[in-house]
Amino acid sequence: MTRVFVPRDSGTLAVGGERVARAIAREAEARRLPVEIIRTGSRGLYWLEPMIEVETSEGRIAYGPVAETDVAGLFDADFLAGGPHAKRLGLPERIPYLARQTRLTFARCGIVDPRSLDDYRAHGGYRGLARAIAVGQAQVIETVTKSGLRGRGGAGFPTGIKWKTVADAAGPQKYVVCNADEGDSGTFADRMVMEGDPFMLIEGMTIAGFAVGATKGFIYIRSEYPHAVAAMEAAVAAARRGGMLGGRIAFDLEVRVGAGAYVCGEETSLLESLEGKRGIVRAKPPLPAHHGLFGKPTVINNVLSFAAVPFILAEGAQAYADFGMGRSRGTMPIQLAGNIRHGGLFEIAFGITLGELIDDIGGGTASGRPVRAVQVGGPLGAYFPPALFDTPFDYEAFAKRDGLIGHGGVVVFDDTVDMARQARFAMEFCAIESCGKCTPCRIGSTRGVETIDRIIAGERHADNLAVIEDLCNTMKFGSLCALGGFTPYPVMSALTHFPEDFGAAPRLQAAE
Amino acid sequence: MPAYEPWSGDRATEIIRQHADRPGATLPILHALQEAFGHVPEAAVPLIADALNLSRAEVHGVVTFYHDFRREPAGRHVLKLCRAEACQAMGSDALAARAEARLGVKLGETTPDGRVTIEPIYCLGLCACAPSAMLDGEVIGRLNAARLDGLLSEAQR
Repeated sequence: MTRVFVPRDSGTLAVGGERVARAIAREAEARRLPVEIIRTGSRGLYWLEPMIEVETSEGRIAYGPVAETDVAGLFDADFLAGGPHAKRLGLPERIPYLARQTRLTFARCGIVDPRSLDDYRAHGGYRGLARAIAVGQAQVIETVTKSGLRGRGGAGFPTGIKWKTVADAAGPQKYVVCNADEGDSGTFADRMVMEGDPFMLIEGMTIAGFAVGATKGFIYIRSEYPHAVAAMEAAVAAARRGGMLGGRIAFDLEVRVGAGAYVCGEETSLLESLEGKRGIVRAKPPLPAHHGLFGKPTVINNVLSFAAVPFILAEGAQAYADFGMGRSRGTMPIQLAGNIRHGGLFEIAFGITLGELIDDIGGGTASGRPVRAVQVGGPLGAYFPPALFDTPFDYEAFAKRDGLIGHGGVVVFDDTVDMARQARFAMEFCAIESCGKCTPCRIGSTRGVETIDRIIAGERHADNLAVIEDLCNTMKFGSLCALGGFTPYPVMSALTHFPEDFGAAPRLQAAE
Repeated sequence: MPAYEPWSGDRATEIIRQHADRPGATLPILHALQEAFGHVPEAAVPLIADALNLSRAEVHGVVTFYHDFRREPAGRHVLKLCRAEACQAMGSDALAARAEARLGVKLGETTPDGRVTIEPIYCLGLCACAPSAMLDGEVIGRLNAARLDGLLSEAQR
């Protein structure tokens, strides 16, 4: 029986992965060849999707991007034995894009069967939890703290300190909540983990529950990710059947689905939503660690934060902290997206520069035109021009240049982009998604759209530039959460680095 | 194309009862109702309020806060076009304009014959295969004008 691996990642399905899988099954049956198709996650080399792999004596051989119409030809070329074909990519680990990465969190993604607990165990799964139970609660928190892991959702708060606060909080009922409301454009790492290696997230959350004394966890997944929801639900059910949730492990999980509100990626808004309410941001303090879900002490972390924990426990804090720079320790799963030739997931130690990521690894734009702007960190992240491509991927280095790394999304634009329009969109998006609780965000975003419209129209240009700057300051310092507070980043960075796009167009004074 | 049940208060009550004991049950209930009926009719609000011991105003507030919950049925097919930055960088604005022009409706509207609803969506996590879309729950990447026309023809049938 030859094993053929076809991803079931949404990115693969979106470009015809299902049809390819069916064609392989059909063709194998017609040719009476014994083939077992295993559905995996994606390796994250999206320009090569659908990328299929076949198990041979030399290891797995990859082919891609495979179209449904390529399948008969692949059989003719004896791809089941790794035969030569125009789409043959060789051993995936030797593809430079993959070979240059340091995959700690994404070590298994694209390799294992995300529905098989046995496969997870066979690839090193649950060693972290075993170690956690062996060393005890205090030592787990100490290890996570020493690893230097910071919240991968965007805020970058030290995970170990958060856990310690919850562990020290009194109360018979505590919760662990996973923020899987990955709403930032340009990001998909959480989705890939859930679709490709969901047991790692379950293990990370179980370790958190053990460390802080919580018996119940929730994974809040955005509704735009139906495949991730299905994959997580299947994995939770498999973990229960296999005795790794509920029963002898004093921790159980429930998957909950969001309902299309970007603001629910903000942790307190997410908690409100989990409680069945409108996703309105809460004022902090009190912190969720003291007063979280249903008023109980709650650990709330991003998917990637929990997903990093099994490695840290299994291999030790130092093995993780050895990677990185300054106060940004470990690896960051960076997502290259938008107008980029080689878009995909690139996990690497902190410190790589933006220029290396976009030019060397990403291969420049997909359109072949020059890169003009790069938005890092989602819709609330700053736009950087190529002049800032020497910025290393590091929380502090980006902050120093009035930007943020956020959840690690990098969206590339070519020279056809109109930056005034992008600035306007940032305000418009904030207006659409504002929860409405605080005035700077609710009103400021709408006034921001109007003001940028006036600037574009050339109406009292200098005055309106002063207004937008003032408005951005008010939003930045007066908003309750990052939605209103960070919307100024894309707006101000567009104004600062691309003033020519906001140029004083001659005011239309024609006979109207 | 999903087939929805006609509205029935008894059936709604039964669905609500299945989820009512879960902590923070409002969203799971609303999702389940929308899955059954295709939208959350006004008549469902007092039933949910009653089951969860909330005021109607509170339930109304939740239904209207979230973009997902429909208060009216959608068209027979729903095409969601991603409008977020990664897709913008790959020309999604032009695709949205093309869809609007071909169907003669704006994003957020349904064609007069009730066949197609087009909606904006902010990120499907397919940002490395942009521009992206979703037709009746199926994800679509690397969208271009020709593929969009194909999807629209499929949806208009």
